[in-house]
Amino acid sequence: MTAVPASSSDTLPTLKHDWLPILLPIVLSAIALPFIGNVTTWVTLTVAALAMGMMIFVIASGLTLVFGLMDVLNFGHGAFIAVGAYMALSVLGLLSGWVQVDSLGWNLLALGLAVSVAMVGTGLLGWAFERIIVKPVYGQHLKQILITMGGLIVAEQLIHVIWGGDQKAMALPTALRGAIVIGDFAIERFRILAVVVGLVVFATMLLVLNRTRIGLLIRAGVENAEMVEALGYRIRRLFVGVFVAGSALAGLGGVLWALYRETLTAAIGGDIMVLVFIVIIIGGLGSVGGCFIGAILVAMMANYTAFLLPKVALASNILLMVAILMWRPQGLYPVAKR
Amino acid sequence: MLTSILSGDFPRSRVLTAILLAILVGLALAPFLFPGAAAINTAAKICIFIVLVASYDLLLGYTGIVSFAHTMFFGIGGYGVGLALYTFGASWGVIGVGILAALLVGVTLAFLIGLLSLRVRAIFFAMITLAVASAFLILATQFSEFTGGEDGRSFSVPQVLRPGYRLLEQPLFGTVVNGRILAYYLVFVAAVVLFLVALRVVNSPFGRVLQAIRENDMRAEALGYRVVYYRTVANCLAAGMAVLAGAMSAIWLRYTGPDTTLSFAIMLDILLMVVIGGMGTLYGAVIGATLFIVAQNYLQKLMGLASAATEGLPLIPKLVHPDRWLLLLGILFVLSVYFFPTGIVGRLRGKSG
Repeated sequence: MTAVPASSSDTLPTLKHDWLPILLPIVLSAIALPFIGNVTTWVTLTVAALAMGMMIFVIASGLTLVFGLMDVLNFGHGAFIAVGAYMALSVLGLLSGWVQVDSLGWNLLALGLAVSVAMVGTGLLGWAFERIIVKPVYGQHLKQILITMGGLIVAEQLIHVIWGGDQKAMALPTALRGAIVIGDFAIERFRILAVVVGLVVFATMLLVLNRTRIGLLIRAGVENAEMVEALGYRIRRLFVGVFVAGSALAGLGGVLWALYRETLTAAIGGDIMVLVFIVIIIGGLGSVGGCFIGAILVAMMANYTAFLLPKVALASNILLMVAILMWRPQGLYPVAKR
Repeated sequence: MLTSILSGDFPRSRVLTAILLAILVGLALAPFLFPGAAAINTAAKICIFIVLVASYDLLLGYTGIVSFAHTMFFGIGGYGVGLALYTFGASWGVIGVGILAALLVGVTLAFLIGLLSLRVRAIFFAMITLAVASAFLILATQFSEFTGGEDGRSFSVPQVLRPGYRLLEQPLFGTVVNGRILAYYLVFVAAVVLFLVALRVVNSPFGRVLQAIRENDMRAEALGYRVVYYRTVANCLAAGMAVLAGAMSAIWLRYTGPDTTLSFAIMLDILLMVVIGGMGTLYGAVIGATLFIVAQNYLQKLMGLASAATEGLPLIPKLVHPDRWLLLLGILFVLSVYFFPTGIVGRLRGKSG
């Protein structure tokens, strides 16, 4: 071997970070301001959008990682949302004393318990779903879409069997109702909670992905799964873990989403899944950061247009998706492979 | 003669041939064999769904792309004819204009969606069509002054197709030949013609390229076929056929609304019909649609009996409750994707299929 190439230096070469997409939500909210014309309304809408965006992100992040890691697109993701929400409904029903008392501590405890049960439940369900439904159809997109869709139908019907088909009321705990008034601005308490939960999930996810060994393997797997396998890691086990975590997150998102809407039907997953798909397409399939920005963008678009032109709320998000795909056909943060 | 009618694509199985013939005869003579409004409604629905499912199979079974926007095109057809008749009154010209306008809108939309999503990545297509179809459903219900919103629109059809019209003075084989029966035969003939056209398409050189793309799109591209072009054309063709199915549905029901044409439940029904009948063979569409719609109407009664019989046992009555019939079909769907992806038709044809 000859000498090391002269150009090598002590620091590793780093990728230049792509800041452009991060500006998008700021630009979008700035554009919306003159159309809305009223700062108070604008703040309310923006906070609502952030809260909604966080919920969508919590749901979508698992889905996008599962896709990135194993090339599996799970159309049955909506089932975990619904199951999580219904489990939380049952737990909150049992703990109605803690929910109705006007104390933030007890309320949060009840909610925490409900969320834990929902997450464990949907995590287990996700594990079973992966074993039974997804495992036999790796690498076959067409069958994956069909089979996970079939899983969704069965899961929704089972919810009807277990919890009944009628619409349920999902009451917010007492201390989380109403709004906090700061000056002219009224901000609903639950929205603050949703934003906090979303940020915690995002931060945890970034930490795990960027600072732990497992995160390193996941990122490597998203880039090139075969190479990770060739290096002796069992990517399948890693993938099951990610699938379970993604399902649990969908359960968490489902609880938040049901509390946000305060009503619950077995079709709750289907309604939000459309937005989730738009988000993961916008973000770039497999990219957590893109998913985060995409979720905020989609939620902003949904909230602003719901206020300005209520009839075209969802259509506006499709236009947003088209615009972003024109700009970057692979999504905001394209993931290297495929 | 028969070869050219069926485009050389025979059922290739005795049992299958017998079943198909039974369905054909049953549908052709439905008004005389099964008297009563419910039976003829079921028969017309089967005809309409055979066309719809066959057009979907063109995408899913032959080209290997999953679309969730098929009900949107079905709805465009229904609304095109329905709104035209509602606005301009009942005449054949209006129906023609409605169908043409709907075809134009549907095919353009299919072209745009295809251009946007089929170019980038095939898997985008499933998600994008899902999103677009949801948006369309919401738009159709929101612009209620134009579309009638959730309630939809009822309208009248030309005189000849109305129940009051009598073609013959005397009943034929004990059945009064009124406008409803004429309308049924209009739907039936349209279904037969469209089905044969679809058969022609999939057995043409164009159809062979579609199947090549389904099997291996890289290879098809390498052989010199523009995959995007073929996929987009298949998408437009399927959309156009779905539009026509929607028009048939509107003429038959004399009503068009979100629940009968646009809802996601119908999309799931179509998926179940294609997969259970058999992907990649148009005869599967016939079998799937017939089986599914008959099951929808009669399985529920059977399940009601089962539910009543098992009363007192835990959980079982709920599982076989008539409203849970989709549960059974959902499980059947999952099982058939695993164990016999070629569906009933594939099973009947055996290895040769």
